[in-house]
Amino acid sequence: MSKVSRRKFLAGSLAGGAAVVAAPAKKALAAGNFSGFPDGMGVLVDLTRCVGCRSCEAACNKEQNLPKPAVPFDDTSVFDLTFHHGTQKRRPDENAYTVVNRYEPEGMDKPTYRKMQCMHCNEPSCLTSCFVKAYTKTDEGAVVYDEHVCVGCRTCMVACPHNIPAYAYSKVINPVVKKCIFCYDTRVSQGKPPACVDICPAQVMTFGKRKDLLKLAKARIKRNPEKYQTEIYGEETVGGSAWMYISGAPLDEVGCDTSLPKEPIISNVKGFLGVVPMVLSIWPALFTGFHLLATKNKDHHDSHHAEGEE
Amino acid sequence: MFDASKWHMKALLLLMMGLFMSVSVYAMDASDAPDSITIDAIAQYYEPVEFDHAMHTELAEDCSVCHHHSTGNGTSDIYCSRCHSDYKELDRVSCQDCHSVDSFSAEAINRQGQQDLFHADMLGLKGAYHQNCLGCHQEMDGPVGCEDCHAKTDAGEKLFDSGKYAPEPSEGGGSHH
Repeated sequence: MSKVSRRKFLAGSLAGGAAVVAAPAKKALAAGNFSGFPDGMGVLVDLTRCVGCRSCEAACNKEQNLPKPAVPFDDTSVFDLTFHHGTQKRRPDENAYTVVNRYEPEGMDKPTYRKMQCMHCNEPSCLTSCFVKAYTKTDEGAVVYDEHVCVGCRTCMVACPHNIPAYAYSKVINPVVKKCIFCYDTRVSQGKPPACVDICPAQVMTFGKRKDLLKLAKARIKRNPEKYQTEIYGEETVGGSAWMYISGAPLDEVGCDTSLPKEPIISNVKGFLGVVPMVLSIWPALFTGFHLLATKNKDHHDSHHAEGEE
Repeated sequence: MFDASKWHMKALLLLMMGLFMSVSVYAMDASDAPDSITIDAIAQYYEPVEFDHAMHTELAEDCSVCHHHSTGNGTSDIYCSRCHSDYKELDRVSCQDCHSVDSFSAEAINRQGQQDLFHADMLGLKGAYHQNCLGCHQEMDGPVGCEDCHAKTDAGEKLFDSGKYAPEPSEGGGSHH
Protein backbone atom coordinates (compact mmCIF):
# COMPACT_ATOMS: atom_id res chain seq x y z
CA MET A 1 0.00 0.00 0.00
CA SER A 2 1.41 3.35 -0.99
CA LYS A 3 1.47 6.44 1.23
CA VAL A 4 -0.52 8.38 -1.37
CA SER A 5 -3.52 6.11 -1.21
CA ARG A 6 -3.62 6.38 2.55
CA ARG A 7 -3.48 10.17 2.33
CA LYS A 8 -6.31 10.08 -0.19
CA PHE A 9 -8.33 7.91 2.16
CA LEU A 10 -7.77 10.28 5.05
CA ALA A 11 -8.71 13.30 2.96
CA GLY A 12 -11.82 11.50 1.76
CA SER A 13 -12.86 10.54 5.25
CA LEU A 14 -12.40 14.11 6.45
CA ALA A 15 -14.50 15.48 3.60
CA GLY A 16 -17.16 12.89 4.34
CA GLY A 17 -17.09 13.80 8.00
CA ALA A 18 -17.46 17.48 7.18
CA ALA A 19 -20.46 16.73 4.97
CA VAL A 20 -22.10 14.82 7.82
CA VAL A 21 -21.37 17.71 10.16
CA ALA A 22 -22.91 20.24 7.79
CA ALA A 23 -26.07 18.27 6.98
CA PRO A 24 -27.74 18.00 10.40
CA ALA A 25 -26.73 21.52 11.39
CA LYS A 26 -28.48 22.91 8.32
CA LYS A 27 -31.55 20.80 8.98
CA ALA A 28 -31.71 21.95 12.59
CA LEU A 29 -31.67 25.60 11.56
CA ALA A 30 -34.38 25.07 8.98
CA ALA A 31 -36.61 23.55 11.68
CA GLY A 32 -36.52 26.91 13.50
CA ASN A 33 -39.15 28.26 11.10
CA PHE A 34 -42.07 26.21 12.44
CA SER A 35 -45.00 28.59 12.65
CA GLY A 36 -47.64 26.39 14.19
CA PHE A 37 -49.85 23.59 12.91
CA PRO A 38 -51.84 24.58 9.79
CA ASP A 39 -55.22 24.27 11.47
CA GLY A 40 -54.02 25.23 14.93
CA MET A 41 -56.52 27.29 16.87
CA GLY A 42 -55.79 30.56 18.62
CA VAL A 43 -57.31 33.51 20.41
CA LEU A 44 -57.08 37.14 19.40
CA VAL A 45 -57.34 39.46 22.41
CA ASP A 46 -58.49 42.98 21.56
CA LEU A 47 -57.47 45.16 24.52
CA THR A 48 -59.56 48.09 23.28
CA ARG A 49 -62.67 46.09 24.21
CA CYS A 50 -61.82 44.94 27.75
CA VAL A 51 -63.59 46.68 30.64
CA GLY A 52 -61.95 44.69 33.44
CA CYS A 53 -65.00 42.77 34.69
CA ARG A 54 -62.91 39.69 35.62
CA SER A 55 -65.54 37.26 34.29
CA CYS A 56 -62.71 35.35 32.55
CA GLU A 57 -61.01 34.77 35.88
CA ALA A 58 -64.25 33.45 37.40
CA ALA A 59 -64.95 31.13 34.45
CA CYS A 60 -61.38 29.78 34.50
CA ASN A 61 -61.61 29.10 38.23
CA LYS A 62 -64.77 27.00 37.81
CA GLU A 63 -63.73 25.23 34.58
CA GLN A 64 -60.39 24.14 36.03
CA ASN A 65 -61.75 23.38 39.53
CA LEU A 66 -59.35 25.83 41.16
CA PRO A 67 -59.58 26.81 44.85
CA LYS A 68 -62.05 29.42 46.06
CA PRO A 69 -60.55 32.90 45.66
CA ALA A 70 -59.60 35.17 48.56
CA VAL A 71 -62.02 37.86 47.36
CA PRO A 72 -65.06 37.58 45.02
CA PHE A 73 -64.34 37.73 41.30
CA ASP A 74 -66.44 40.89 40.94
CA ASP A 75 -64.18 42.74 43.39
CA THR A 76 -62.05 45.14 41.37
CA SER A 77 -59.82 46.14 44.32
CA VAL A 78 -57.40 43.41 43.17
CA PHE A 79 -56.28 45.78 40.39
CA ASP A 80 -54.57 47.88 43.07
CA LEU A 81 -52.45 44.95 44.30
CA THR A 82 -48.73 45.10 43.57
CA PHE A 83 -45.83 42.91 44.61
CA HIS A 84 -42.08 43.19 45.00
CA HIS A 85 -42.21 46.81 46.21
CA GLY A 86 -44.71 47.88 43.59
CA THR A 87 -42.69 46.66 40.62
CA GLN A 88 -44.93 43.75 39.69
CA LYS A 89 -48.63 43.37 39.06
CA ARG A 90 -50.61 40.17 39.60
CA ARG A 91 -49.37 37.08 37.80
CA PRO A 92 -51.00 33.72 37.10
CA ASP A 93 -50.25 31.16 39.79
CA GLU A 94 -51.25 27.67 40.91
CA ASN A 95 -54.67 29.01 42.03
CA ALA A 96 -55.41 31.21 39.02
CA TYR A 97 -54.37 30.31 35.49
CA THR A 98 -55.43 33.72 34.20
CA VAL A 99 -55.43 37.17 35.81
CA VAL A 100 -56.54 40.60 34.62
CA ASN A 101 -54.40 43.64 35.37
CA ARG A 102 -55.18 47.33 34.99
CA TYR A 103 -52.75 49.69 33.28
CA GLU A 104 -52.90 53.44 32.93
CA PRO A 105 -50.95 54.25 29.77
CA GLU A 106 -49.83 57.83 29.29
CA GLY A 107 -52.10 60.03 27.22
CA MET A 108 -55.06 57.64 27.32
CA ASP A 109 -58.28 58.82 28.95
CA LYS A 110 -59.31 55.29 29.95
CA PRO A 111 -57.33 52.54 31.68
CA THR A 112 -56.41 49.46 29.65
CA TYR A 113 -57.09 46.05 31.13
CA ARG A 114 -55.06 43.05 30.04
CA LYS A 115 -55.81 39.44 30.76
CA MET A 116 -52.74 37.25 30.90
CA GLN A 117 -52.41 33.49 30.63
CA CYS A 118 -50.25 30.99 28.77
CA MET A 119 -49.62 32.27 25.23
CA HIS A 120 -49.45 28.71 23.84
CA CYS A 121 -46.33 29.38 21.76
CA ASN A 122 -45.75 27.77 18.37
CA GLU A 123 -42.35 26.63 19.59
CA PRO A 124 -42.77 26.52 23.36
CA SER A 125 -39.56 26.89 25.34
CA CYS A 126 -41.19 25.15 28.32
CA LEU A 127 -41.63 22.10 26.07
CA THR A 128 -38.09 22.14 24.71
CA SER A 129 -36.59 22.74 28.15
CA CYS A 130 -38.45 19.85 29.80
CA PHE A 131 -36.17 16.84 30.14
CA VAL A 132 -38.95 14.40 31.05
CA LYS A 133 -41.03 15.50 28.02
CA ALA A 134 -44.03 16.42 30.17
CA TYR A 135 -45.19 19.07 27.69
CA THR A 136 -47.01 18.53 24.36
CA LYS A 137 -48.00 21.01 21.66
CA THR A 138 -51.28 19.59 20.35
CA ASP A 139 -52.52 19.85 16.76
CA GLU A 140 -55.18 22.28 18.03
CA GLY A 141 -52.44 24.63 19.24
CA ALA A 142 -52.66 24.04 22.99
CA VAL A 143 -49.52 23.54 25.07
CA VAL A 144 -50.54 20.91 27.61
CA TYR A 145 -48.55 18.94 30.15
CA ASP A 146 -48.70 15.61 31.92
CA GLU A 147 -48.33 16.35 35.60
CA HIS A 148 -47.78 12.66 36.36
CA VAL A 149 -44.36 12.75 34.72
CA CYS A 150 -43.42 16.24 36.00
CA VAL A 151 -40.58 15.91 38.47
CA GLY A 152 -40.86 19.49 39.68
CA CYS A 153 -37.49 20.68 38.37
CA ARG A 154 -39.01 24.05 37.37
CA THR A 155 -36.77 24.44 34.32
CA CYS A 156 -39.84 25.43 32.29
CA MET A 157 -40.49 28.32 34.68
CA VAL A 158 -37.04 29.66 33.90
CA ALA A 159 -37.33 28.94 30.18
CA CYS A 160 -40.74 30.62 29.61
CA PRO A 161 -40.26 34.13 28.18
CA HIS A 162 -43.74 35.12 29.39
CA ASN A 163 -43.24 33.95 33.01
CA ILE A 164 -46.31 31.73 32.91
CA PRO A 165 -45.74 28.27 34.41
CA ALA A 166 -46.30 28.47 38.16
CA TYR A 167 -45.35 26.03 40.86
CA ALA A 168 -47.68 24.45 43.39
CA TYR A 169 -45.51 25.51 46.31
CA SER A 170 -48.42 24.97 48.71
CA LYS A 171 -48.59 21.23 47.92
CA VAL A 172 -46.51 19.24 50.39
CA ILE A 173 -46.84 15.96 48.51
CA ASN A 174 -45.89 15.88 44.84
CA PRO A 175 -45.83 19.58 43.94
CA VAL A 176 -45.99 20.10 40.18
CA VAL A 177 -45.97 22.93 37.69
CA LYS A 178 -49.38 24.51 36.99
CA LYS A 179 -50.50 26.63 34.05
CA CYS A 180 -53.31 27.40 31.61
CA ILE A 181 -53.95 24.48 29.24
CA PHE A 182 -56.27 26.33 26.79
CA CYS A 183 -59.13 24.30 28.36
CA TYR A 184 -57.83 21.53 26.13
CA ASP A 185 -59.41 18.50 27.82
CA THR A 186 -62.87 19.93 28.30
CA ARG A 187 -63.31 22.34 25.39
CA VAL A 188 -60.70 23.06 22.73
CA SER A 189 -60.20 19.38 21.83
CA GLN A 190 -63.93 19.33 21.00
CA GLY A 191 -63.81 22.51 18.92
CA LYS A 192 -65.31 24.68 21.65
CA PRO A 193 -63.73 27.96 22.80
CA PRO A 194 -61.99 28.04 26.20
CA ALA A 195 -64.11 29.06 29.21
CA CYS A 196 -62.63 32.57 29.46
CA VAL A 197 -63.43 33.30 25.81
CA ASP A 198 -66.92 31.86 26.13
CA ILE A 199 -67.92 33.97 29.13
CA CYS A 200 -66.43 37.30 28.04
CA PRO A 201 -69.35 39.75 27.75
CA ALA A 202 -67.64 42.12 25.32
CA GLN A 203 -66.08 39.49 23.06
CA VAL A 204 -62.65 40.86 23.90
CA MET A 205 -61.35 37.49 22.75
CA THR A 206 -62.00 35.96 19.34
CA PHE A 207 -61.52 32.21 19.05
CA GLY A 208 -60.63 30.72 15.68
CA LYS A 209 -57.89 29.33 13.48
CA ARG A 210 -54.67 31.19 14.19
CA LYS A 211 -54.05 31.95 10.53
CA ASP A 212 -57.55 33.46 10.15
CA LEU A 213 -57.24 35.46 13.36
CA LEU A 214 -54.05 37.07 12.06
CA LYS A 215 -56.00 38.29 9.02
CA LEU A 216 -58.85 39.55 11.21
CA ALA A 217 -56.37 41.38 13.44
CA LYS A 218 -54.72 43.07 10.48
CA ALA A 219 -58.11 44.00 9.03
CA ARG A 220 -59.19 45.59 12.33
CA ILE A 221 -55.97 47.61 12.53
CA LYS A 222 -56.21 48.66 8.89
CA ARG A 223 -59.81 49.77 9.27
CA ASN A 224 -59.10 51.76 12.44
CA PRO A 225 -55.46 52.87 12.27
CA GLU A 226 -55.99 55.68 14.77
CA LYS A 227 -57.50 53.28 17.31
CA TYR A 228 -54.86 50.52 17.23
CA GLN A 229 -51.11 50.08 17.49
CA THR A 230 -49.72 48.44 14.37
CA GLU A 231 -47.99 45.55 16.16
CA ILE A 232 -49.69 42.26 16.96
CA TYR A 233 -48.14 40.85 20.12
CA GLY A 234 -47.69 37.12 19.58
CA GLU A 235 -47.63 37.23 15.78
CA GLU A 236 -43.89 36.82 15.69
CA THR A 237 -42.91 37.21 19.36
CA VAL A 238 -40.58 34.32 20.28
CA GLY A 239 -41.64 32.43 17.16
CA GLY A 240 -45.33 33.35 17.43
CA SER A 241 -48.07 32.04 19.69
CA ALA A 242 -51.65 30.81 19.54
CA TRP A 243 -52.73 33.74 21.70
CA MET A 244 -52.21 37.21 20.24
CA TYR A 245 -52.94 40.72 21.45
CA ILE A 246 -53.86 43.95 19.69
CA SER A 247 -53.97 47.16 21.67
CA GLY A 248 -54.80 50.83 21.56
CA ALA A 249 -52.02 51.70 23.99
CA PRO A 250 -48.36 50.96 23.25
CA LEU A 251 -47.85 47.28 24.06
CA ASP A 252 -44.94 47.87 26.42
CA GLU A 253 -47.18 50.12 28.53
CA VAL A 254 -49.75 47.39 29.09
CA GLY A 255 -47.45 44.69 30.39
CA CYS A 256 -46.32 43.09 27.11
CA ASP A 257 -42.59 42.42 26.89
CA THR A 258 -41.68 44.04 23.58
CA SER A 259 -37.99 43.34 24.14
CA LEU A 260 -38.52 39.66 23.35
CA PRO A 261 -36.85 38.45 20.13
CA LYS A 262 -38.74 37.24 17.07
CA GLU A 263 -36.90 33.92 17.10
CA PRO A 264 -38.15 31.15 19.36
CA ILE A 265 -36.07 30.65 22.50
CA ILE A 266 -34.89 27.25 21.24
CA SER A 267 -33.09 29.00 18.34
CA ASN A 268 -30.44 30.15 20.80
CA VAL A 269 -29.29 26.57 21.35
CA LYS A 270 -30.70 24.68 18.37
CA GLY A 271 -27.53 24.92 16.27
CA PHE A 272 -25.43 23.67 19.12
CA LEU A 273 -27.84 20.95 20.25
CA GLY A 274 -28.24 19.75 16.66
CA VAL A 275 -24.53 18.95 16.58
CA VAL A 276 -24.53 16.99 19.83
CA PRO A 277 -25.89 13.67 18.46
CA MET A 278 -23.51 13.93 15.53
CA VAL A 279 -20.55 14.48 17.83
CA LEU A 280 -21.61 11.55 19.98
CA SER A 281 -22.15 9.14 17.06
CA ILE A 282 -19.81 10.19 14.22
CA TRP A 283 -16.77 11.33 16.16
CA PRO A 284 -16.16 8.06 18.04
CA ALA A 285 -16.37 6.09 14.79
CA LEU A 286 -14.21 8.59 12.91
CA PHE A 287 -11.49 8.83 15.50
CA THR A 288 -11.53 5.09 16.18
CA GLY A 289 -10.89 4.74 12.44
CA PHE A 290 -7.97 7.16 12.62
CA HIS A 291 -6.62 5.37 15.65
CA LEU A 292 -6.89 1.96 14.00
CA LEU A 293 -5.23 3.23 10.86
CA ALA A 294 -2.42 4.80 12.86
CA THR A 295 -1.83 1.76 15.03
CA LYS A 296 -2.22 -0.64 12.11
CA ASN A 297 0.54 1.18 10.28
CA LYS A 298 2.66 1.08 13.40
CA ASP A 299 2.09 -2.65 13.90
CA HIS A 300 2.88 -3.32 10.22
CA HIS A 301 6.04 -1.26 10.48
CA ASP A 302 7.05 -3.02 13.66
CA SER A 303 6.40 -6.50 12.24
CA HIS A 304 8.20 -5.61 9.00
CA HIS A 305 11.08 -4.35 11.08
CA ALA A 306 10.99 -7.55 13.07
CA GLU A 307 10.95 -9.63 9.90
CA GLY A 308 13.95 -7.68 8.70
CA GLU A 309 15.80 -8.47 11.86
CA GLU A 310 15.10 -12.15 11.63
CA MET B 1 -127.39 65.68 -8.08
CA PHE B 2 -123.89 66.42 -7.04
CA ASP B 3 -123.11 66.40 -3.32
CA ALA B 4 -119.99 68.44 -2.87
CA SER B 5 -119.50 67.67 0.79
CA LYS B 6 -119.69 63.86 0.21
CA TRP B 7 -117.19 64.08 -2.64
CA HIS B 8 -114.84 66.02 -0.45
CA MET B 9 -115.09 63.45 2.33
CA LYS B 10 -114.35 60.59 -0.09
CA ALA B 11 -111.36 62.40 -1.57
CA LEU B 12 -109.98 63.14 1.87
CA LEU B 13 -110.36 59.51 2.95
CA LEU B 14 -108.64 58.24 -0.18
CA LEU B 15 -105.84 60.73 0.22
CA MET B 16 -105.32 59.74 3.86
CA MET B 17 -105.31 56.04 3.01
CA GLY B 18 -102.84 56.69 0.23
CA LEU B 19 -100.57 58.64 2.50
CA PHE B 20 -100.71 56.04 5.25
CA MET B 21 -99.98 53.19 2.84
CA SER B 22 -97.07 54.96 1.18
CA VAL B 23 -95.50 55.71 4.56
CA SER B 24 -95.84 52.14 5.78
CA VAL B 25 -94.36 50.80 2.56
CA TYR B 26 -91.53 53.32 2.61
CA ALA B 27 -90.02 52.60 6.02
CA MET B 28 -90.52 51.05 9.38
CA ASP B 29 -91.32 53.83 11.80
CA ALA B 30 -90.00 54.08 15.37
CA SER B 31 -93.59 53.82 16.54
CA ASP B 32 -93.87 50.40 14.85
CA ALA B 33 -91.19 49.02 17.15
CA PRO B 34 -92.02 47.56 20.53
CA ASP B 35 -91.73 49.96 23.46
CA SER B 36 -90.02 47.41 25.64
CA ILE B 37 -87.99 44.31 24.77
CA THR B 38 -87.05 41.51 27.14
CA ILE B 39 -83.52 40.47 26.27
CA ASP B 40 -83.28 36.93 27.58
CA ALA B 41 -81.60 34.90 24.83
CA ILE B 42 -78.31 34.69 26.73
CA ALA B 43 -79.53 35.08 30.32
CA GLN B 44 -77.70 32.60 32.51
CA TYR B 45 -75.47 34.26 35.07
CA TYR B 46 -77.49 37.49 34.89
CA GLU B 47 -81.24 38.09 34.84
CA PRO B 48 -82.86 39.08 31.53
CA VAL B 49 -82.70 42.79 30.67
CA GLU B 50 -85.92 44.77 30.33
CA PHE B 51 -84.78 47.03 27.52
CA ASP B 52 -86.70 50.32 27.26
CA HIS B 53 -86.73 50.56 23.48
CA ALA B 54 -88.99 53.62 23.40
CA MET B 55 -86.62 55.62 25.62
CA HIS B 56 -83.59 54.64 23.54
CA THR B 57 -85.45 55.48 20.32
CA GLU B 58 -85.94 58.99 21.64
CA LEU B 59 -82.29 59.29 22.68
CA ALA B 60 -80.80 57.98 19.46
CA GLU B 61 -80.96 60.34 16.52
CA ASP B 62 -81.74 57.54 14.11
CA CYS B 63 -82.55 53.83 14.23
CA SER B 64 -79.34 53.15 12.32
CA VAL B 65 -77.27 54.21 15.36
CA CYS B 66 -77.96 50.73 16.70
CA HIS B 67 -79.48 48.91 13.74
CA HIS B 68 -76.63 49.74 11.31
CA HIS B 69 -78.01 49.43 7.79
CA SER B 70 -81.04 47.24 8.48
CA THR B 71 -83.50 50.01 9.37
CA GLY B 72 -83.67 53.75 9.85
CA ASN B 73 -82.06 56.13 7.40
CA GLY B 74 -79.19 53.85 6.48
CA THR B 75 -75.60 53.85 7.55
CA SER B 76 -73.25 56.82 7.55
CA ASP B 77 -70.15 54.63 8.06
CA ILE B 78 -68.03 54.87 4.91
CA TYR B 79 -66.99 51.20 5.17
CA CYS B 80 -70.58 49.99 5.44
CA SER B 81 -71.87 52.32 2.75
CA ARG B 82 -69.58 50.78 0.15
CA CYS B 83 -72.02 47.91 -0.03
CA HIS B 84 -75.07 49.31 1.75
CA SER B 85 -75.33 52.78 0.17
CA ASP B 86 -78.29 51.60 -1.85
CA TYR B 87 -80.34 51.57 1.32
CA LYS B 88 -83.28 49.32 1.70
CA GLU B 89 -85.22 48.23 4.71
CA LEU B 90 -84.52 44.63 5.75
CA ASP B 91 -87.28 42.23 6.72
CA ARG B 92 -85.64 41.22 9.95
CA VAL B 93 -84.09 43.87 12.14
CA SER B 94 -83.62 42.32 15.58
CA CYS B 95 -80.02 41.94 16.87
CA GLN B 96 -80.05 38.15 16.91
CA ASP B 97 -81.17 37.93 13.30
CA CYS B 98 -77.54 38.63 12.40
CA HIS B 99 -75.53 38.22 15.61
CA SER B 100 -75.77 34.59 16.64
CA VAL B 101 -76.12 33.42 20.24
CA ASP B 102 -73.30 30.91 19.71
CA SER B 103 -70.41 33.29 18.99
CA PHE B 104 -67.93 30.55 18.09
CA SER B 105 -70.01 27.92 16.36
CA ALA B 106 -68.32 25.86 13.64
CA GLU B 107 -70.11 28.10 11.14
CA ALA B 108 -68.81 31.29 12.76
CA ILE B 109 -65.24 29.95 12.86
CA ASN B 110 -65.55 28.91 9.22
CA ARG B 111 -66.75 32.40 8.31
CA GLN B 112 -63.59 33.93 9.79
CA GLY B 113 -61.59 32.18 7.06
CA GLN B 114 -63.68 33.55 4.20
CA GLN B 115 -61.64 36.55 3.27
CA ASP B 116 -63.96 37.67 0.48
CA LEU B 117 -66.69 38.10 3.06
CA PHE B 118 -66.75 41.55 4.64
CA HIS B 119 -68.58 40.27 7.71
CA ALA B 120 -65.90 37.65 8.46
CA ASP B 121 -65.28 39.43 11.77
CA MET B 122 -68.91 39.34 12.96
CA LEU B 123 -69.59 39.69 16.67
CA GLY B 124 -71.72 37.16 18.51
CA LEU B 125 -74.92 38.36 20.20
CA LYS B 126 -73.36 38.88 23.65
CA GLY B 127 -70.40 40.82 22.21
CA ALA B 128 -72.69 42.88 19.98
CA TYR B 129 -74.94 43.88 22.88
CA HIS B 130 -72.12 44.83 25.20
CA GLN B 131 -70.04 46.67 22.65
CA ASN B 132 -72.99 48.59 21.28
CA CYS B 133 -74.65 49.31 24.64
CA LEU B 134 -71.57 49.77 26.81
CA GLY B 135 -69.70 51.84 24.22
CA CYS B 136 -72.60 54.30 24.03
CA HIS B 137 -73.23 54.24 27.78
CA GLN B 138 -69.61 55.23 28.37
CA GLU B 139 -69.94 58.15 25.97
CA MET B 140 -73.37 59.26 27.16
CA ASP B 141 -72.66 58.70 30.88
CA GLY B 142 -75.19 55.89 31.04
CA PRO B 143 -74.94 53.04 33.55
CA VAL B 144 -71.76 50.99 32.99
CA GLY B 145 -71.64 48.56 35.93
CA CYS B 146 -72.65 44.95 35.19
CA GLU B 147 -75.49 44.97 37.70
CA ASP B 148 -76.71 48.41 36.69
CA CYS B 149 -78.44 46.71 33.77
CA HIS B 150 -78.94 43.13 34.93
CA ALA B 151 -78.84 41.57 38.40
CA LYS B 152 -76.78 38.44 38.97
CA THR B 153 -78.68 35.18 39.19
CA ASP B 154 -77.88 32.54 41.78
CA ALA B 155 -75.71 30.80 39.17
CA GLY B 156 -73.95 34.11 38.59
CA GLU B 157 -73.19 34.62 42.29
CA LYS B 158 -71.83 31.07 42.42
CA LEU B 159 -69.62 31.73 39.41
CA PHE B 160 -68.22 34.96 40.82
CA ASP B 161 -67.99 33.68 44.42
CA SER B 162 -69.99 36.74 45.40
CA GLY B 163 -73.17 37.52 47.33
CA LYS B 164 -74.07 34.54 49.50
CA TYR B 165 -71.14 32.55 48.05
CA ALA B 166 -68.57 35.22 48.97
CA PRO B 167 -65.47 33.83 50.67
CA GLU B 168 -65.01 34.44 54.39
CA PRO B 169 -62.07 36.76 55.10
CA SER B 170 -60.08 33.79 56.43
CA GLU B 171 -60.88 31.26 53.70
CA GLY B 172 -59.92 31.20 50.05
CA GLY B 173 -56.77 29.81 48.52
CA GLY B 174 -56.11 32.51 45.95
CA SER B 175 -52.85 34.19 46.82
CA HIS B 176 -53.07 36.60 43.86
CA HIS B 177 -49.45 36.68 43.05
